[in-house]
Amino acid sequence: MIKTQNITFSYSATQKFHFPDIDCSNGQTLLVTGNSGTGKTTLLHLLGGLLQPTSGNITINNQDILQLNAAKLDAFRGQSIGMILQKSFFIEALSVLDNVVLASWIAKKSKTKEKALSILDNLGLKDHVHKLPSQLSIGQQQRVNIARALINNPSVILADEPTSSLDDENALIVARLLSDLAKEYKSSLIIVTHDQRLKTLFNHQITLS
Amino acid sequence: MISKIAWKNTWFKPLNTFLSIILLTASVSIISILILLQKQFEEKFSSSMDNIDLVLGAKGSPLQLILSSVYQMDAPPGNISYTEAEAWMNKPMVESAVPLAYGDNYLGYKIVGTTENYTKHFDLKIQQGKLFSKDFEVVIGSNIAANIDLKIGDTFFGTHGDAEEGEVHDHHAYKVVGILTPSGKVADNLILSNISSVWHMHDHEHEHEGHSEAAHDHSDHQHAEGEEHHHEEVNPHEGKEITAVLLKLRNNMAKMTWPRIIPQNTEMQAASPALEVNRLFALFGVGISALTYLAYGIMLISGISIFVALYNTLKERKYEFALLRITGATKFQLLWLVLLESIFLCTIGFILGIVFGRIGLYFLSVSSQEEFKMAFDPFEFLWKEEGMLFVATLAVGIVAAIIPAIKAYSLNISKTLA
Repeated sequence: MIKTQNITFSYSATQKFHFPDIDCSNGQTLLVTGNSGTGKTTLLHLLGGLLQPTSGNITINNQDILQLNAAKLDAFRGQSIGMILQKSFFIEALSVLDNVVLASWIAKKSKTKEKALSILDNLGLKDHVHKLPSQLSIGQQQRVNIARALINNPSVILADEPTSSLDDENALIVARLLSDLAKEYKSSLIIVTHDQRLKTLFNHQITLS
Repeated sequence: MISKIAWKNTWFKPLNTFLSIILLTASVSIISILILLQKQFEEKFSSSMDNIDLVLGAKGSPLQLILSSVYQMDAPPGNISYTEAEAWMNKPMVESAVPLAYGDNYLGYKIVGTTENYTKHFDLKIQQGKLFSKDFEVVIGSNIAANIDLKIGDTFFGTHGDAEEGEVHDHHAYKVVGILTPSGKVADNLILSNISSVWHMHDHEHEHEGHSEAAHDHSDHQHAEGEEHHHEEVNPHEGKEITAVLLKLRNNMAKMTWPRIIPQNTEMQAASPALEVNRLFALFGVGISALTYLAYGIMLISGISIFVALYNTLKERKYEFALLRITGATKFQLLWLVLLESIFLCTIGFILGIVFGRIGLYFLSVSSQEEFKMAFDPFEFLWKEEGMLFVATLAVGIVAAIIPAIKAYSLNISKTLA
């Protein structure tokens, strides 16, 4: 569950963002659309605690994340927020499986190999777990990202343009997969995108301008 | 897990890793060889010097006299008259005197004519058999017994001079009657006999082959025998020559004054091993310091290579760092990750350096054993010195990694991912 109130942010004196309030409960999907430059990624980074808003508050699972100090925020982010990025980033030297296990280790200090395997299996990557990420196709890499975002059962999943590099068929498959997984894991899913193909899929939408 | 990432990253870019490790290995192995060499060298020199205050010998270079008489490493400067030396050996200030007469070798191992004082002086024990008591009986050092398979009861012919290839004295055979216990001293590589064996070996030649006088008159190496032999003399030692006398004195005054008095009054000189060896170490010291600086220079270069490798990959790795941060890693963990990669490199380089240093010293030891009869122990560990070297290596790694680590620490994730 994630809620925001009156968040504003500015990179400079001339460029100010004022974001509409967000309220996304567990299992629900919110689609945030808008053209380039309207602050979609900025909003996502604010929600993920990567940026500090100028004013307003952000509450995730009844925790005001702006009240947390840097170290606690890092820990909270690891445990409660799963991020899926537009480009797939990996620790290149680690296998697919280790990349997913790593996320649980950093957040919870426990290695959850079994769980990572079952999520990867669920996403159709069973045969690829011991490969290096660079050996996978882009679509497969995106699914590894999703697995990594889900490994800690996050309260909130933040997805930045998760479908922009995929073709029509795969875009719809990934979008549905994400929303189904959010329901299954009882997480709030926020997708930030300019991908028009997704607009028909979700009825809960905000457009930034 | 951070260490696992660091470890995997270390091997993910094998060329960079390889270069850094090679440089580190080279510098660590050179330094560790030098540390071991210097220590073992000084130990060997000092242990052989124990109990010797002065060495009597022919005039010439005092260092040459010390090297030839105490360490058996050089040709002696010449011979001295036994009667003249005896006068000083019998002075009351002398606690013990060990006369040495050189003449022959067997397969490059020196045959030294001496008295049983030699074994007492250097605290040598007989492992098997007994000490020489008659002419042409010899006691051999433990290394000789092991290396050329001589046993008690075996006989052999000596070769004249100190070179392995030379004129063989085939009139008298030496007979092995005893083997010394390993002592780590020069005696391990010596063949000891009584002095008259050396004299007789050469007298004999003159009785039967008077013409060989000229053949013996080599100027490049010295004989134990005299240039002239007066067999008709009443004193059996009159006219006999020996090479040197090792002296232990009771009196500190004599230690100070003899080196001055003896050359003024006799044809001999008295040299102090402690003094000469210190001079030698001072000479070596320059070379060893030069090599040590060179090795530290290589280590500095390896530090720079680690720095360049880490710094260059920062750009491509910043996404990796951002990713770690969004999965909950703290800034400090990123700092640690980069430092750890460098520490891994340095540790591997250090371990390989120590191993290769040992291998290098082993081969060095084999060749110095052949040439100088001096062996080094490659398996000795100098915890203090090599521990310091490890600390120095780690320090190089940490310094090299500190700037890249701080860059990772202060990475702006939002900007990186935008």
